[in-house]
Amino acid sequence: MSTPTEHEHHIVGPKIYLLILCALLVLTATTTGAAFINMGVFSPIVALGIACIKAVLVILFFMHIRYSSKVLMLTVAAGFFTFLVLITMTLCDYVSRAWGLW
Amino acid sequence: MDSQAIATGHEESPEAHEHPPYLRHHFVTVEQQAETASFGMWLFLLTEIMFFGGLFMAYLLYRNWYYDAFVASSNTLGIGLGTTNTAVLILSSFTMAMGVYSAETRNRKGLLTSLSLTIMLGLVFLGIKTIEYHDKYTEHHIPGANFSVEDFVHPTDKRDVPLAPDMAQHAQLFFFLYFAMTGMHALHMIIGISILFILLVQAWHGAYTNGHTSTIDNFGLYWHFVDIVWIFLFPLLYLISRHPLK
Repeated sequence: MSTPTEHEHHIVGPKIYLLILCALLVLTATTTGAAFINMGVFSPIVALGIACIKAVLVILFFMHIRYSSKVLMLTVAAGFFTFLVLITMTLCDYVSRAWGLW
Repeated sequence: MDSQAIATGHEESPEAHEHPPYLRHHFVTVEQQAETASFGMWLFLLTEIMFFGGLFMAYLLYRNWYYDAFVASSNTLGIGLGTTNTAVLILSSFTMAMGVYSAETRNRKGLLTSLSLTIMLGLVFLGIKTIEYHDKYTEHHIPGANFSVEDFVHPTDKRDVPLAPDMAQHAQLFFFLYFAMTGMHALHMIIGISILFILLVQAWHGAYTNGHTSTIDNFGLYWHFVDIVWIFLFPLLYLISRHPLK
């Protein structure tokens, strides 16, 4: 039997976890601070942008996707992509039903 | 049940992989088994993303339809408590990650400490959430029988714009989604904490520090996923309505 398709298990150390923790806490403080600044239409964009960065940090490091096999990376990416497709399609429907009233 | 059966009979070479008792017979190596388990866990988490996604979609749509009501309702939430809870949850994700690390390095004491801290931080989060829910109750902001439009039609804070009674009624929709989303998130936390207690007892008896880390690994994925849901709930519910347009 040939070697099975597998991936060398990578142990992520406390140093990286601590670094990510600090980054996440700083980003939390940033997003809360940014909420008190009037940025008009950009307020939700900045808030969601920071949330996306935080989520990506959690997925890549806390959830080890950065060190995982390609099949896992693809699975995760495909899942989020499908989610965005579903949101976009639903919004297309709603926006086009009340055209100009948004 | 032979689910723990040791694979025998096909040790094809001298350097054949070792067969620890936790390696199920249908897997060739521990790594293959771990990867398969993680793959399955991720598929479950993707269904969870779709599940929460429906709630996020509803929030997105109704916030656009009843913008004024959603802005007014969102600004009744305590930004301080929300930020504290975000920090607590992120900290619990860190302790959980340290739990995975302790399991991988076969450090029983580290694992027990990490799991206990994660439980504690999870309970702190739920405690703060309870305070927030109680505030909603005393403010009559719980949709349904308890709800009163008074705060929105006649706001006491001078900076708040009074809403027309029909728009104020739509504040119920915000609070319905608020309770649905944070409640569903809290339910995931309660399930997570319950599982953590079981893992803690098992780890106390020496499990997960013998090389078999899959269970801890995959529970970690679940816990971090719950953290990610909150990372998006926090700005959407608490933050983005501080400065309403026009």
